[in-house]
Amino acid sequence: MKHSTFFTFVFPSLLAMTLLIVLPVISVVVQSLYAQHEQVIETVQNCGPFGCSDEVTVNQEATQAIREAEPLGRFVGFDNYFNRGHLAVTEMGEAWRTSTGWGDWWNKVMNLPFYSAIVFTLTFTFVVTPLTIGLGFAIAVAVNSASRAVRGPLIFVSLLPFIITPLVGSLVLFWMVDARGILGHAIQWLAGNPDLSVKASTPLMWIMLMVYGVWHSAPFAFVVFYAGLQTVNQDTNEAAMIDGANRWQRVRYVTIPHIMPLVTFVALIQLMDNFRVFEPLISFSAEAHAQSLSTYIYYDLGGETRLLNSAAATSLLTVICVGILLSPVLVRTWRDFKRA
Amino acid sequence: MTKMTKLMGATAVALTMGSAAFADGHGCAAEGRLSIIGNEFPAIQSIAALAQSCDGIEGEANLTADHQTLNLAGMSGDPAEYTTAVVANSSIVALINEDVIRPLDDLIAAHGSALSPSQLITVDGKVMAVAFMANAQTLMYREDVLAEAGLEIPTSYEDMLVAAEAIRAAGIMENPLGGAYAAGWNLAQEFNNMYLGTGGAFFEPGTAQVSINNAQGVEALEMMKALSAYMNPDFLTHDSNATSAEWEAGNVALMNMWGSRSQVLMDAEGSEPQVYENTRITAPLTVGDSGVPATTLWWDGWTVAKNISDEDAAATFIAMAHGVSPTLLNEETMNQAVWLIDGFEPQAANEGVLAAVAAGSKPYPMIPFQGLLHTALGNELSDFMQGNESAEQALADVEAAYTAAAIESGFLTE
Amino acid sequence: MSTASPRKLPMSLRLFLIGFLVLWVIMAAFPFMWTLWGSFKVEGDFFSKANWAFALSGELTRVETGGSFTGDGYAGAWGQEEFGRAVLNTSIVCVCVVTISLTLSTLAGYALSRSTFNYAFWILIAALMFRAMPQITLVSGYLLPFYEWNLWGKLGTTIIVLVAINQPFSLWMMTSFFRNIPKDLDESAMVDGCNRFQAFRHVILPVMWPGVITTGLFSFLLAYNDFPVAAMLLDQENQTMIPKIASFLGTTQTKGNVMFAVAAVVSATAPLFVLILFFQRQIVSGLTAGAVKG
Repeated sequence: MKHSTFFTFVFPSLLAMTLLIVLPVISVVVQSLYAQHEQVIETVQNCGPFGCSDEVTVNQEATQAIREAEPLGRFVGFDNYFNRGHLAVTEMGEAWRTSTGWGDWWNKVMNLPFYSAIVFTLTFTFVVTPLTIGLGFAIAVAVNSASRAVRGPLIFVSLLPFIITPLVGSLVLFWMVDARGILGHAIQWLAGNPDLSVKASTPLMWIMLMVYGVWHSAPFAFVVFYAGLQTVNQDTNEAAMIDGANRWQRVRYVTIPHIMPLVTFVALIQLMDNFRVFEPLISFSAEAHAQSLSTYIYYDLGGETRLLNSAAATSLLTVICVGILLSPVLVRTWRDFKRA
Repeated sequence: MTKMTKLMGATAVALTMGSAAFADGHGCAAEGRLSIIGNEFPAIQSIAALAQSCDGIEGEANLTADHQTLNLAGMSGDPAEYTTAVVANSSIVALINEDVIRPLDDLIAAHGSALSPSQLITVDGKVMAVAFMANAQTLMYREDVLAEAGLEIPTSYEDMLVAAEAIRAAGIMENPLGGAYAAGWNLAQEFNNMYLGTGGAFFEPGTAQVSINNAQGVEALEMMKALSAYMNPDFLTHDSNATSAEWEAGNVALMNMWGSRSQVLMDAEGSEPQVYENTRITAPLTVGDSGVPATTLWWDGWTVAKNISDEDAAATFIAMAHGVSPTLLNEETMNQAVWLIDGFEPQAANEGVLAAVAAGSKPYPMIPFQGLLHTALGNELSDFMQGNESAEQALADVEAAYTAAAIESGFLTE
Repeated sequence: MSTASPRKLPMSLRLFLIGFLVLWVIMAAFPFMWTLWGSFKVEGDFFSKANWAFALSGELTRVETGGSFTGDGYAGAWGQEEFGRAVLNTSIVCVCVVTISLTLSTLAGYALSRSTFNYAFWILIAALMFRAMPQITLVSGYLLPFYEWNLWGKLGTTIIVLVAINQPFSLWMMTSFFRNIPKDLDESAMVDGCNRFQAFRHVILPVMWPGVITTGLFSFLLAYNDFPVAAMLLDQENQTMIPKIASFLGTTQTKGNVMFAVAAVVSATAPLFVLILFFQRQIVSGLTAGAVKG
């Protein structure tokens, strides 16, 4: 294909992405290298309905001058990436030097917000992604073996967890898993412990978040795999049968290789989406027990005073982590591309 | 003269002036643009509706839970999208820091005769906002439960612990205490209350250097931990909505709750008669022997954007002043808040806030970097509440997190 | 064709599969059924802190409304809060996002699949990496310029943002779909004297629908369920369904409004049922052709 034709086809899409993704990303990169300019503060008297008091405020005139001289703020290089809120190089170095053993070192690392967020995020990603793929495949096989008449309704019920707004879906679930909710009660009954509360325990909260994650995205994997199963080559399958392959061997050597490209596709999307896990943590009020990189950004942006530079640095670290996670898949895609 | 009588006195003075201004019963008229950004609770909805009813005003309102993210961006442009932002003492500082709201002294001189002096929020002598409602967290208790257990109404958190033990020992309730202890903003707010109650100060005077890792900080945290032993084990997920639900379900006998919530908890909807008929509100509790109540006072008020034409600013001011005028108060709106408006008649549900003012509680500090500390507290304290680390370690973490944020925001240098 | 027809399965395996399916159907549908049931109760029952069984028996619903079921949630959402307006806005957003998004990604996907130059690959990879950027960071970056240029609050702005955010995903799907359409098809057309556009129009257009429908479904779900973009970029007049539902919940959860949200969610899911049933066959056949190559 000629270069000019190529760009004519691609232009509208590239334009949309450049304007609304590339440019903001560049501004995020710039922002992550800056900090706010110095604020000139002074003590003044503030009054209100509850009386007067001496309080500190920002001196606008003095600050204005600094702001105009440096509209972007102070250039700080990679300081935002290395400070305590992010990679915490100083604190990590100190933890390494002063730790009495691995346990002590681990506690010190987990006390740093970025590392505890990344540990949860990675755990979530690596537990939920394979389970989603496994459950999605199992549902696809089961639905595929059901009689044709019930398949339509089955597909539609199976898609429910994917299409209900997470906003309210998890609000309702949150109430259901409360110690006095219907699921919470069921869990207590199953565990034989009437005081058990999912919301009070960190391990149970993690498990619940992951169960929710699998439940919510299994339908996506299911739809893709179910579609793949429709095209398994029957000739190969029958040939395998004649060769004496049993049911399991046929699944292993015919079905799975056939849908392998789909598994790659689902894994790619799921790895990325799970790494950015956000909504369930907010809806389940899981902050005390689990933080992810996305909620970490959310709290930087959601406070009374917004930390834009810190949020920019965390966002870019997220992109870098996703890049590392996906690199094996990307290398594979490159080889496919060169072969094609 | 206590602060409360001063407050009410000022209201009475303004009442005469206010009723004079609106004696002829007309609404208001102004030519220009009014665009309101603010939170979405009913009191603000009422004000926005009344302000938009002014003749000649092109009015619109964006009342949303995300107002804090939108107001700064929406007021930074020139001309600003929003001509007024409804804020509280915590959120006004972000607007002052970025210099997007204008001093109101000229507008008050021209159009603000109906406002009472106690409504005016001044920073360094310049009026930056007009307050219209007050709020505070105070003690809420169940009269029947205290009577059944033979207890007096607690006045301090120490009493509250004793009462909680007695109620549990008598087998009336398993977890008699409530509180909005959800990790994040709520938990940090409870710490602020408790820390001010112990007589602590958040910062070294005149600087942005935080100093909470001290005896008072530890005392405040230890008290919160002791209280949490009598709370539902899920307390770290209970925000004020969930805590209110606990109350309405009759699971809780004592809690520190927002005055703005009390009306809802005392009405007949959502709970059994035994619960809502016995719900009482009183002054906030103290902790230790500092004498300062362990609570903070809050106001909600409106501001006027800087980057708009003077005509629009005047129109916005007139409309908003009308929005918080005595015309606002009627059967329906009277209950929506503790209004700082002339003609407001305190209801039973408002006793707590008024008592908090009377007891000399401190306002939530209107300091540029208080929000950074609030966020740091919210993120770091839950480890301590779960028993994963010591109070000193938690406070040290808060200080470290705050310091990193303050350096990034330019309040501290390395 | 299915891998194995049900008749061939041994009894034990069949029972196992049926058991698994029943379990999954309960898991998938139970929360929704519970919500559907609860949407006809009052808040004190559905979100009861006293006893979960209230949601079944409706203790407070009887006390407060006189009957065991109440339509107050629906009346409040549709009547008092004008949920219909949000539904209309969502329909506009969905139709526009799906149409524009598909047009852009079809053209670009086709070109990317037929190009053998390295930059085609790098465009795809870059698109993928951009998708990794957390949405809240992007959205908070839009606020200042949008307010400055007076673009904030309009449906059009939100539509374009959703199209752009959705492009990387659509591009990947469409490209892999077009790779499965043999190159010989359009190349032979070009040998016959067509130019690239004519080849695309006459040869590729007729055979690409399954892939388009699949990609369209995912664009649709993104636009339909989007919360972060619409909540931040739309003013109240133009609010779509999900931010509207969030506003029923509010920060302070005004009493009764929570049930508006529950009722609204049930209402919002109904059109999706119809849609899924209608497009069921196309969704499945489309994915087969589209995503096989990953």
